[in-house]
Amino acid sequence: MRIFDPHIHMTSRTTDDYVRMADAGVRAVVEPAFWLGQPRTNVGSFVDYFDSLVGWEPYRASQFGVRHHATIALNPKEANDPRCRDVLDVLPRYLDKDGVVAVGEIGYDSMTSEEDSAFEAQLNLAITHGLPALVHTPHRDKVRGIRRSLAVIGASGIDSGRVVIDHLNEVTVELVRNSGCWLGFSIYPETKMSPARMVELMRRYGTDRVLINSAADWGHSDPLLTRATGEAMLTSGFGDDDVDRVLWRNPMEFYGQSGRLDLTGAGGTGLPFAGNSIRRGGSR
Amino acid sequence: MIRLDELRTALSAVTDQAWLADAVASVAVDPAAVELRFAEAARRGGRAELSVAPRWSADEAVRTLLLAALPVAETSTWAQNLYWHGDAGEKRAVLKALALLPVGDECLVLLHDAIRSNDPRLLTAALGPFARRLDQAMWRQAVLKCVFMAVPLNQVEDLARRADSELGRMLSDVAEERAAADRKMPDDALELLASIESSINLEACDAHF
Ligand SMILES: [Zn+2]
Repeated sequence: MRIFDPHIHMTSRTTDDYVRMADAGVRAVVEPAFWLGQPRTNVGSFVDYFDSLVGWEPYRASQFGVRHHATIALNPKEANDPRCRDVLDVLPRYLDKDGVVAVGEIGYDSMTSEEDSAFEAQLNLAITHGLPALVHTPHRDKVRGIRRSLAVIGASGIDSGRVVIDHLNEVTVELVRNSGCWLGFSIYPETKMSPARMVELMRRYGTDRVLINSAADWGHSDPLLTRATGEAMLTSGFGDDDVDRVLWRNPMEFYGQSGRLDLTGAGGTGLPFAGNSIRRGGSR
Repeated sequence: MIRLDELRTALSAVTDQAWLADAVASVAVDPAAVELRFAEAARRGGRAELSVAPRWSADEAVRTLLLAALPVAETSTWAQNLYWHGDAGEKRAVLKALALLPVGDECLVLLHDAIRSNDPRLLTAALGPFARRLDQAMWRQAVLKCVFMAVPLNQVEDLARRADSELGRMLSDVAEERAAADRKMPDDALELLASIESSINLEACDAHF
C-alpha cells in the first residue's frame, strides 16, 4: 500500500513517527503551515517556521524515504492577531518555492472580518502564483463556516477544482460535493472522522475528489490512520485500486496541479550519506 | 575549478535555451527579477546532474549563471539576499556559485551559516573553492563535522594541502571516542589521519637532521 498523506504537521512529530510511517507505506506528505499551539508574536517567528518547511523538514523526511512538500499561508486563527498581519507581505516569496504546492491552511476559525480579508487576499495569491488552495474549516459552527467559505471561494474566481475543503464529515460532505471543490477528511483517534465512518462515506459517495489525511500534529492524533483507513477499505470490500486511488493518486492529482510536485525518491531508502546523524542521533 | 563558460556549455544539452537566455537577460536589465527566476530555476531549468561538470546539477548551474548576470555592484547583496531567503536548493546554489562571482569576504557569513547547519548538502557546498577564505579554525571544524555526518571527504576542496597537525589531533580524538563506543571511523577519515601523521613524522625527521 503506497500512501501520500496530503495533510500532516511533521514539524510536531518525532523521527520515530517517520520510521513508523515509512514502514506503513507513507512515501509522500504535504505539511500545511498552521498554528503551533503557542501564539506567535511577530513576523520573524513565521519566517523561521516557513524556512523550516522548505529547508530542514524536507531534508529530515528524505532521510526516511518520505518526500515532503508544504503549503504556506497565514492561518485563520493568527490572522486575527495584529502582530501577525504583516505575514501576508512575506508570503509571495515563499509561494514561488519549489517545495510549495498550495496556499494553506486558509479559511475560517471564528469568522471575523479580519479572517475574511486574510482569506480573500490569500485566495488571490493562490491565483497569481498558480497554486491550489487548502481550506481549513472551523471546529465550531462548521456548517455556517463552510457555507461562508464556499461563498468567498466562488467570489474569488479560483477554479473550484483547485480547492480542497478539509476536515469534513457526514454532515458537511454534501455541501462541498456540490461545489466542485475537493473533499478533505481528517481521520482522528477520537474526534472528527474514524476509519469506519470514512469507509461508510466512500461507500455512499465514492472516491472521486476525496483526500484522506491524518492531520497529525501536536494534539492527540495518529499518523498511521491513513493506513488504518486503507485497511478498513480492503476489509469492507473495496479493492486495491480504490485504496491506491484515494491514498496515492488523488493527492497526487490535486497537488500536481501546482506543477511543482516532485515525487522522485518517494519510498526510496533516503540516506544520501550512510551514517547520517538524524537517523543515528549524532552530532547536533 | 569549474568556469562559467563550462557551466553554460554543460547546460546546452539539458536546459531550455530560450528560457535560459530570457532569464539571464531579464536579470541583467532588472536585477529584482532574480528573485522569481532564482526560485523557479529548478522547475524551469531542470535538475539533472551535469555529466561534463561533476557534482553540479542543472539548477545549480542555472542559478550560478543568473547570479553572474547581475550588475557587478549588486552581485554580493543579491547573493546574500537569495541565500537568506532561499530554500535548501537555492542556498546550496549560492554557496557553490560564490567562488565564480565578484564577491568577497562579506559573503563568508553564508559559509558560516551553512557550516552551522545540520544539512550535509549545505555543508559540502560550503567547502568548495570559496572556503579558502575561511580561517583555519573554522575550516577544521567543518572538516570534522563532515566526519561526524559521514560526508565523503573528497568533497572538501584543497583537503590534502590544508590539513594540519591540529586537524590530525582532532581526528585522532574522534578515532579514540569511536573506538570506545565500538563504532567505526569512516575510511576516508582514517586515511586523512594517517597522511597527516606521516607528514608530521617526516617533519620531525627533517627537524632532527
Ligand atoms: Zn492542519
